[in-house]
Amino acid sequence: MKGFATLVMRELRGAWVSGGMLLPIAFFLLVAILFPFGIGPDSKLLARVGGGVIWAAALLAALLPVERLVAPDLERGVVDQLAVRGASEAMIATAKLVGHWLGFAPLLMLASVLAAGLLGLSGHTLLAIELGLLIGTPGLAALGVATAALTAGLRGSGAVAGLVMLPLAVPLLIFGAGSIEGGPGALKLLGAVSLLLVAGTPFVAGAAMRMAGD
Amino acid sequence: MPGGAIAFRDVTCERGGRVLFEGLTFAVEQGQAGVVTGPNGVGKSSLIRIAAGLLQPVEGTVAYSPPRALITEDAALDRELPLDRALLFWARFDDSERAADERVADALEAFDLTHLAPVPVRLLSTGQRRRAGLARVLAADSPTWLLDEPANGLDAHALTLFEAAIARHRKAGGAVLIATHQQLDVPRAQMIVLEAA
Repeated sequence: MKGFATLVMRELRGAWVSGGMLLPIAFFLLVAILFPFGIGPDSKLLARVGGGVIWAAALLAALLPVERLVAPDLERGVVDQLAVRGASEAMIATAKLVGHWLGFAPLLMLASVLAAGLLGLSGHTLLAIELGLLIGTPGLAALGVATAALTAGLRGSGAVAGLVMLPLAVPLLIFGAGSIEGGPGALKLLGAVSLLLVAGTPFVAGAAMRMAGD
Repeated sequence: MPGGAIAFRDVTCERGGRVLFEGLTFAVEQGQAGVVTGPNGVGKSSLIRIAAGLLQPVEGTVAYSPPRALITEDAALDRELPLDRALLFWARFDDSERAADERVADALEAFDLTHLAPVPVRLLSTGQRRRAGLARVLAADSPTWLLDEPANGLDAHALTLFEAAIARHRKAGGAVLIATHQQLDVPRAQMIVLEAA
């Protein structure tokens, strides 16, 4: 696993310079702000749908940087150079997963506090959301990396990425939003889905990158 | 640096159902250079990718002495980083007895890039970027060099520096495999001519 930490740092730097760290968070907050405009200022209603809004916004924010996760590295021969130095594609994908997660999840969890305030959610609900995000965001990051690898090199890959990723994220959304009121049962299922995505992504994304380089 | 070498044995390359070359056998030993020539689309780049292990031949075997250093179409340097740090990123991945920053400094010097060290890669010209890619190969301290169209975009001065770098590498026991459509001054090189099938 030589150079794994270096690769993770490189991902984080990539996220930072492309504005990819702050953009998804701004986007996330904007979605959370726009919802009350759409459904009106009924605080009871907002408190009830707020958790779901945060989860949907988190999903969209995780999707935003997908286009720059894998495709540029394939085009510029970075993946080739790593492969020549003996790094496996699965290791590269794992580094991308960790880097992508670090790039958006901690900030997103912070921004959720703000979003919860805007939507008038209780402290108890906020705690449940944060716990759910902590367990669910690795799954979102994994889905983002897998989608990025699968759609790299396609024309209009941004739109295709959405079409690929959003349906696959449904279980995360159901159990994530469900865990706010569903309690430990939903959290366990969320954990299971998230774990499955995290465990599968290095191989799916790795294989996709290998085929793209062939 | 241990001696470099790369050898193809009965290698057949197929791309998209089309056979590019068949039964190719050659060996570039320690201190030698192989120059792959041939018309466009004949499989020069594929040959280099097979040599680098990035492409599997349908038949035959490739033997080499690791590690290999590769340059392809793109320099693979992070565009937002200053040149020296972009090179350092790769140099840290490469195994060598010498420290990474020392190797990078030497490689920058060898390609007359020292004054560009603090300049972000995205601001470099095509030729400068090509030199930077070659500096990355040099900084790797690898015995086996695989170069795909290394002289693209190089001016006369850079070409001289490049040819000098190859000569030094061979003198130190390294092996070089070059795919090119340009005339390069590589003395006593083994010519590997690919012909259109």
